[in-house]
Amino acid sequence: MASDTMIPVETTTPRNTTLGKVRTHPTQNEGLIFEKSSPGKRAVRLAPLDVPEVDAEALLGDAFRVDAAPLPEVSEIEIIRHFTRLSTWNYAIDLGMYPLGSCTMKYNPRVNEFVARLEGIAEAHPYQPESLAQGSLEVVRELEQCLIEITGMDAITLQPAAGAHGEFTGILLVRAYHESRGNARRKVIVPDSAHGTNPATAAICGYEVQNLKSNSLGMVDVAELERIVDEDTAALMLTNPSTIGVFESEIHKIAEVLHAKGALLYMDGANMNALVGKARPGDFGVDVMHLNLHKTFSTPHGGGGPGSGPVACKAILEPFLPTPVLARRSDGMLGWNHDRPQSVGRVRAFYGNYGMFVRALAYILANGPDGLRQTTEDAVLNANYIRSSLEDLYELPYTTASMHEVVFSDRRQAARGVKTGDIAKRIIDYGFHPFTVSFPMIVSGALMIEPTESESKEELDLFIDAMRAIAHEAEKTPELVKNAPHSTRVSRLDEATAARKPILRWRPTAG
Amino acid sequence: MALPTHLHYTKEHEWIAVDGKIGTVGITDYAQSTLGDIVFVDLPKVGDSVTAHQTFGSVESVKAVSDLYSPVSGTVTAINADLATTPDKVNEDAYAAWMIKVEMANPSEQDALLTAAAYEAFIAEETGK
Repeated sequence: MASDTMIPVETTTPRNTTLGKVRTHPTQNEGLIFEKSSPGKRAVRLAPLDVPEVDAEALLGDAFRVDAAPLPEVSEIEIIRHFTRLSTWNYAIDLGMYPLGSCTMKYNPRVNEFVARLEGIAEAHPYQPESLAQGSLEVVRELEQCLIEITGMDAITLQPAAGAHGEFTGILLVRAYHESRGNARRKVIVPDSAHGTNPATAAICGYEVQNLKSNSLGMVDVAELERIVDEDTAALMLTNPSTIGVFESEIHKIAEVLHAKGALLYMDGANMNALVGKARPGDFGVDVMHLNLHKTFSTPHGGGGPGSGPVACKAILEPFLPTPVLARRSDGMLGWNHDRPQSVGRVRAFYGNYGMFVRALAYILANGPDGLRQTTEDAVLNANYIRSSLEDLYELPYTTASMHEVVFSDRRQAARGVKTGDIAKRIIDYGFHPFTVSFPMIVSGALMIEPTESESKEELDLFIDAMRAIAHEAEKTPELVKNAPHSTRVSRLDEATAARKPILRWRPTAG
Repeated sequence: MALPTHLHYTKEHEWIAVDGKIGTVGITDYAQSTLGDIVFVDLPKVGDSVTAHQTFGSVESVKAVSDLYSPVSGTVTAINADLATTPDKVNEDAYAAWMIKVEMANPSEQDALLTAAAYEAFIAEETGK
């Protein structure tokens, strides 16, 4: 086993008070740019003034700034080095596996970036007349149609900026639908396994949140759902597969129970990577859902993304979609239709995060239907390979078949005082980004692992070896795990003090 | 896990100590240990009204933000202002670090609350242990 050959990592780091130059580059620390400042240093040299000088104070009056702005004074190469060094501190999918459960941290294919940088696409401007933006609009149209086909829905808006914004937009549609029928209804049901954004969305949209307990398989308890759904229920917000990576096998029945009382089924599309090309939410009774282009459709995720959270819906919700809606005119041209009297209104400036539409469409077209199906199969296969390779060492709280992610609990390791968060910190020492910890809430001490289809068997084996080594360490040397990470620039942070006494800005030291 | 028998408990993990018409409310030892290091406690203002089983504030730990639910209905007569600067007192002793005092509008509401034994059984059921 890998742990037998592991050399224990040096646990003590010399506490230098000055940041010396003699140290290896990858662990090199870096001061703030303000700390590098030296009076009078400049990164630019302006040409001599060849026009008459003006008196700024006389021109600006009260608006004239008296104090110089305390900006850092550094040379060009210092700026370049500072930010280049910082950039090497990032962990990224391009460096290794990023098994952050529920987040679908898949590879962002370079073909996406190639297409997004084509001049006609990259230089397009949102104020360009529609007649000169037909190509850009075709990209939107094509993506809309692909996503409608993939989800099995009837209509879509690409405006929402990311997942939670998509949820918000989706529940606004639900509310507008019920209002149009005379009663907005009072409550939204959310299972206890849901993403925290689901109850937050319902509350922001003015609904009371009703909690629905999962059954022993980690699925929706249909009998309990039947008991609590009534004429006051606006919708159920369901993630499928659920946050424990299990497909709701009674999804049809769930939809029937809701529809019988006039309630709608909202699907959180966070876990669509388990369904694309295999099952369509529109076919199993979902009325409205969001997608995360930055998860399922390989656009960049994290670091500002930006995200993109299209909302797809059935025809009954189409009149309420945000304005404007893309439509083809009688002359064959595409244009934005703003005349939508029942619309919930605009939810985003311009038309959404267009750069992500281009990348998502590139991903869809590069894969094609069979490629997307293969992607889904590989994502599920990878998660189950990890599951079967670790289930002898880590507790499986639910033994229901896994889809695209697997959730373990830290129960066995916790007996030695090692919690999920400790294991996550230790996996950093082995060169991986941590998995998701302590979520879903229905699993005490959850380890939520989502490898995605991007990983090869070789990379998965490295991860599995590391996880097996950590389980071994938790038994033999629990302190090693509890004090991890040991190989990073800074050791374990004091999160409680950081939150209780946060230092929110840099201040110059006196003198 | 401490469970003083003179207190009443809720399924939302609050405790209440009743003295005449005044109920003193906090979160249980189980709640603080599950939440982990508490970094912020958000409380209502004196004079605000609270409703049984509705939220009256929230508690933030390094793990999560959780709503606080009032065990009874009534008017807030005092809040523990110390928690604004020393939220860690909830971790030190959850039963000493009270959060609000409520003048109960309907003292019979306390009859519906859990005894220490019933709350202990509820936790055992919740955690499946």
